[in-house]
Amino acid sequence: MLLLDHLWIVLALPLAGAGLCGLFGRRWSQTLVNSVAVGSVSLTFLAVLEVVREFMQGAPDHARSFFPWMMAGPFRVDFALQVDQLTVVMLLVVAGVGLLIHIYSTGYMAHEGGYYRFFSYMNLFMFFMLTLVLSANLVLLFVGWEGVGLCSYLLIGFFFRKKSAADAGKKAFIVTRIGDFGFTLGVLLAFRQFHSVDYHAIFSAAANMPVEGVGHYGVLTAICLLLFAGAVGKSAQLPLYVWLPDAMEGPTPVSALIHAATMVTAGVYMVARMNVLFVHAPLALTVVAVVGAVTALFAATIALVQTDIKKVLAYSTVSQLGYMFLACGVGAFSAGIFHLMTHAFFKGLLFLAAGSVIHAMGGEQDMRRMGGLRTKIPVTYWTMLAATLAIAGTPGFSGFFSKDEILFQSFAGPLANRALWAVGLAAALLTSFYMFRLLFLTFHGAPRYDEHQTHVHESPRSMLVPLVILAILATVGGWLAAPALWRGANHFDDYLDPVFASANAVLAMSQPLNLPAETHILEIELMALAVAIALVGFLVAWWFYLRSPRTPERLAASLHAPYELLLHKYYVDEIYAFLIVRPLLWISTNVLWHFVDTRVIDGTVNGVAHGARGTGGRLRQIQSGNARSYAAWVVFGAVLFTGLLMGLLRMVR
Amino acid sequence: MTLPIVVFFLFAGIAVVGAIALIVAREPIHSALSLILVMVSLAVLYLLLGAEFIAAVQIIVYAGAIMVLFVFVIMLLNAGVEERTNFSRLAKYAGLPLAVFLAIELGYWLVRGSQGPAPAAVSSASTRALSQLLFASFVLPFELTSILILIALLGAVVLARKES
Amino acid sequence: MPTSYYLGLSAILFGLGVVAFLFKRNIITIFMAIELMLNAVNLAFVAFSQALGQLDGQVFVFFVIVVAAAEAAVGLAIVMLIARNRQSLNVERVNLLKF
Repeated sequence: MLLLDHLWIVLALPLAGAGLCGLFGRRWSQTLVNSVAVGSVSLTFLAVLEVVREFMQGAPDHARSFFPWMMAGPFRVDFALQVDQLTVVMLLVVAGVGLLIHIYSTGYMAHEGGYYRFFSYMNLFMFFMLTLVLSANLVLLFVGWEGVGLCSYLLIGFFFRKKSAADAGKKAFIVTRIGDFGFTLGVLLAFRQFHSVDYHAIFSAAANMPVEGVGHYGVLTAICLLLFAGAVGKSAQLPLYVWLPDAMEGPTPVSALIHAATMVTAGVYMVARMNVLFVHAPLALTVVAVVGAVTALFAATIALVQTDIKKVLAYSTVSQLGYMFLACGVGAFSAGIFHLMTHAFFKGLLFLAAGSVIHAMGGEQDMRRMGGLRTKIPVTYWTMLAATLAIAGTPGFSGFFSKDEILFQSFAGPLANRALWAVGLAAALLTSFYMFRLLFLTFHGAPRYDEHQTHVHESPRSMLVPLVILAILATVGGWLAAPALWRGANHFDDYLDPVFASANAVLAMSQPLNLPAETHILEIELMALAVAIALVGFLVAWWFYLRSPRTPERLAASLHAPYELLLHKYYVDEIYAFLIVRPLLWISTNVLWHFVDTRVIDGTVNGVAHGARGTGGRLRQIQSGNARSYAAWVVFGAVLFTGLLMGLLRMVR
Repeated sequence: MTLPIVVFFLFAGIAVVGAIALIVAREPIHSALSLILVMVSLAVLYLLLGAEFIAAVQIIVYAGAIMVLFVFVIMLLNAGVEERTNFSRLAKYAGLPLAVFLAIELGYWLVRGSQGPAPAAVSSASTRALSQLLFASFVLPFELTSILILIALLGAVVLARKES
Repeated sequence: MPTSYYLGLSAILFGLGVVAFLFKRNIITIFMAIELMLNAVNLAFVAFSQALGQLDGQVFVFFVIVVAAAEAAVGLAIVMLIARNRQSLNVERVNLLKF
């Protein structure tokens, strides 16, 4: 019996965990909740491993429909799941990193109220994310899409009594909703074009359509742009990124799982999944690449001056997601997914380690009040160092290979754009700087807090073991796709080749001729440049925060205006509030409420009642009690009736 | 000026005068007597139309029983001159025009309706023929009306009883 | 004698009956006006009966008279009750059933 034929089991396990914890967990002990929640995710991971094993052994990868869900005339959506190479990568990342974070949460959330509720929501998230990844059609993907959005809302606002947390949850949901609207339109347009929402049907039909070059924009471009709108919201790109920094109000494991490793990557997955459509719409790909690159740089600039450790990581996530979209936008889908995977490792690790720091510091999140923690929480320090080296692009670490591949593809790949490459490189420089800044401020130097007040202690093993595992993955995970000039072959690319084969074929056809051939020399040159940039970032951070600690203050004082601009995140939230939120609230209050609801709707209803009352009041005057009056009315009626009757008879005659 | 025409106009005139007298009279007893006058002249007109039986029934039942009942009640209740109240404005102002209009309307349609096929031979309606019709085709209404009279009788007795 | 003359008389009598019905205030007089209207209708029936050569019209008259009798009996009983109750025979004094 193949698990592949019963893929729904992979989804049923976390759903069962969510249901049990949610319904009954209130009276359970923490150990029991742990067993059920972590147990269900462990079983899910084992199921995923089995599915991967069966798939690797050559089981067919066609979509399996488990039951018809919606049938309305020509519109048919089945509960259909499929597995292919891309799905395998996503499954392993989601289930693996998800399991590690669940284990971590048992330690981190041990002293929080609502323990069972947290794990119920986390399991529910796993269910929806796996649905998204396993789906074989656009509508089921959207179900998962919305479901993870719901869980994000629930988990961001987990401490619901805190107003800022509740507001952040609402903000996340509403902002992603804007993108989801575009996504829905894209799905509907796709249905109108292809008469189906199944991937298989859409891809085979789209593959036969012409590429919509400049001046020949058509429905495929529209579909891709609309779908990308959803990705902009869900994956926190410009201009819909504003919810992600606020989402840090949620517990740190939530930030690690949802807002670093999995949910925010759903947009990247979707673009990669729809690669057949996107390569037929070069305008859409350009938009994706530009948005990705600009977001990468934009967010990196904000991260330079943030003081809350989680906010730095949040903007870093936005920036790294930009890299993934940049990769997809230049046609290097496989590189984008590779970076997705390595990012899950090192960003997840960064968040968990930050959580460990916060836990050790008794809740402190401001880096200005940390320092010198290196000796006190060594395991946390060394794992965080590994992650920082990975994200900065230190040779040998996972992030180096993935980021390097993206930069190389944007320089010399099929849809290369030198300008975008330069933007990516600049963002890499800033990334290296702010990440080492974070490391130095937190762990190095003299303690800037009262050591007698805060008793720094290392985290429990439930939190440290996932850190170590992720650190190992962040270090060696990149060797999967080491480029040819190193000893490894690019296994990752080769593995995902079947998924992107037709897209690569289309791209190869449209490659401009004046690009230099992909020589090894070019690769080495670009690689060296990237390493040099990373080193520059490291040195500047070292100078600013270790060697000459007064420099940042002096620089901030002399460049006061730019510093304030960055510190206030370019005032984007304030601009949105002024341009969008306030007018909307004004319209809601004055137009919709005072006018439409009060005067039109209430007025109509009350008016009808008023009219009935008035008419009745006037009509009842006839009942005067005076018989002579009645008699007169009777005669009047007789006159009318006689005339009517005879008139009708005459007409009939 | 044949006899039928003279008789017709004479008794028609008497009927109309009687009706006007009913309206104008101030005492109800005078109205009752006027009504009897109207009924008697109508009986004559029925005779003119060849409906002897109906004429007889009109005199015996209508003028002789019903109107007598009316007169009894008027005398029993000592009905006198009525007070001239006018609570209903509608009846006061719209009453006359409405009535006139109704009369004209009815007259118009009736006269129009009667200008159809020429009247057939004036058959002397014999009582025998009438009774044959009554007890053959219309026996059901006939029986029902007898029950109706019984009900009316009972009703009148119950209603007019003194509280005891 | 043309039938239309009889019918015209019937209409006139009916109209006079309506006038009496609307303008008199004594209940008994109003009742008598109703009887007048019924008589007018009877005349029309008999006239038509003669005009069409059928006896059905006269049968109708028969029934009208019977029903008028029954109605008069019950009606006058009610009038007596009203007179006992309201101490007046003015129809405008019987005005309690109003809004």
